[in-house]
Amino acid sequence: MRARSKVHPWLMLGPSLLAWSLFVFVPLGLAAYNSLFSWDMLTEPVWVSGANYGAIAEGGELGRILGRTLFFSALVVAGSMALGLGLALLLDRPGRFFGFVRGAIFSAYVVSWVAVALLWVLLLDPDRGLAAAVLRALSLPRIGFLSDPAAALPTLAAVTVWKITGYAMVVFLAGLRAVPPSLHEAAALDGADALARFRYVTWPLLRPTAAFVATTSLIVSFQAFDVVRIMTQGGPARATTLFVYAIYEQIFMNLSVGRASALSVVYFVVLCVLAALQLGAWRSQRTTRGT
Amino acid sequence: MKRGKGTWATVLAGVFAAIWVLPYAWMASTSLKPLREIADDPTAPLPRAPQLDAYREVFGQVPVGRYMLVSVAVAVAIGALQLLLALPAGYALAKLRFVGKRVAFALVVACLLVPPQVTFVSVFLMFAKVSLTNTFASLVVPFAASALGTFLVRQALLSVPDEIIEAARLDGASELTIIYRILAPLLRPTLVSVFLVSFVYHYSDYFWPLVMTTDDTVRTLPLGIALLKEPGSGVRWHVVMAGNVLLSLPVLVLFGIAQKHLVRGVGGGG
Repeated sequence: MRARSKVHPWLMLGPSLLAWSLFVFVPLGLAAYNSLFSWDMLTEPVWVSGANYGAIAEGGELGRILGRTLFFSALVVAGSMALGLGLALLLDRPGRFFGFVRGAIFSAYVVSWVAVALLWVLLLDPDRGLAAAVLRALSLPRIGFLSDPAAALPTLAAVTVWKITGYAMVVFLAGLRAVPPSLHEAAALDGADALARFRYVTWPLLRPTAAFVATTSLIVSFQAFDVVRIMTQGGPARATTLFVYAIYEQIFMNLSVGRASALSVVYFVVLCVLAALQLGAWRSQRTTRGT
Repeated sequence: MKRGKGTWATVLAGVFAAIWVLPYAWMASTSLKPLREIADDPTAPLPRAPQLDAYREVFGQVPVGRYMLVSVAVAVAIGALQLLLALPAGYALAKLRFVGKRVAFALVVACLLVPPQVTFVSVFLMFAKVSLTNTFASLVVPFAASALGTFLVRQALLSVPDEIIEAARLDGASELTIIYRILAPLLRPTLVSVFLVSFVYHYSDYFWPLVMTTDDTVRTLPLGIALLKEPGSGVRWHVVMAGNVLLSLPVLVLFGIAQKHLVRGVGGGG
């Protein structure tokens, strides 16, 4: 439609664009600028050129932070997608009972991360926790879920999966309901068993949904902070220092604006690369599906 | 055979229900135990003598009412601002032809991909520079424009026929009247979902208030509850779990009432 006046569209977009400029675009530029200074917020900033980038990369620390975050994301994305799809297939049945189970699983997505993190610190307590009691009952060895450097990150990933799987399930349920039942009936008449029907009917139609779930889970897992801050404070031995927590640590514990900004810039670049990779994956998927 | 399959699914669903419901039950049960009972028999499922001491202690340590009021006020203000700004922006993107529209839309999508975790260092410094940390504004204004909200409003408006707008224009309605009084009621389901999803997110948000506040002035409930678990000293688990119940209950109740809208709002992006 024609705008009544040429300035109208921009007046309508203006407040939003102003807010985004102030809180997205200017801060991005400011982070890039600040990353070139050494500044502790008390004394005057000192120009240090690329030294902050050198400092955060020193001894492979940046690589370790990135590696940890990617590993954590891989666990969360794989876990929440597999479980979310499985639960959607299992619970897509009529009746109040299945409705209740769907609601119970999705409710974790709605509850505060703080409540979930605190709750799981108690459940995973090596002496008082429910998880430890289960291990004892099965006479399995004691696991320091949050105190063992090898176990801590997978544990945080598991808690995150518990929290967000309901979301994946809900999106998959919407996808499943969009599959026309006539296709299933036709395939069944042709003698396809349940597994074959999933493989050749459901899954191909569900792939765009799966791509969407993968993207959102990746974004959520890359932003993980609350579970780290509340459950492990980045430990033990930095085993759970994920990207956002590392930025937080630099600015609020080390009071280093320069290094925090440099990490933010790298974090932004990594997010852009991931977004580009996913866009590429979506496009290639669409073309293969089109042929 | 059909019945056998149904039983199997019911049992499995029951197992999963337990994995998601038992932790809540554990939280509620622990909050009703005295500390000694937790130390003596930590894995007893039910308190021997349920008591509300932990809740009294939470209210004694934390101004629960005030923190909750701040949390709700922040979440409502953000939700309302997002709708106020997303409606005209979505209208321009969905219905008007203008030079630069593709760029404007690309900006919205770009903002969709930049989480607050990327910008918080700079935004914190900006607010600190003008002494606005520890203010209501620092918690609300950065979220006034929602890329997701704008996107969803635009999508919803695409399916509203142009004739409605043309007829309103012929009747002499201003663009503001068209947006807020004619189109907004038509978009009610979308707007309710956008508001609820935003409300739930910001009511529970821990990260942003943690960054923007250093004192008690505008502390939100999630921060106050997280402070109940002081690292180091022995954690008073019954108190922490009582705080958890107080934090989660309002959202769970809201979820019970508005599950349909929340589920649609969350799945709406897909």
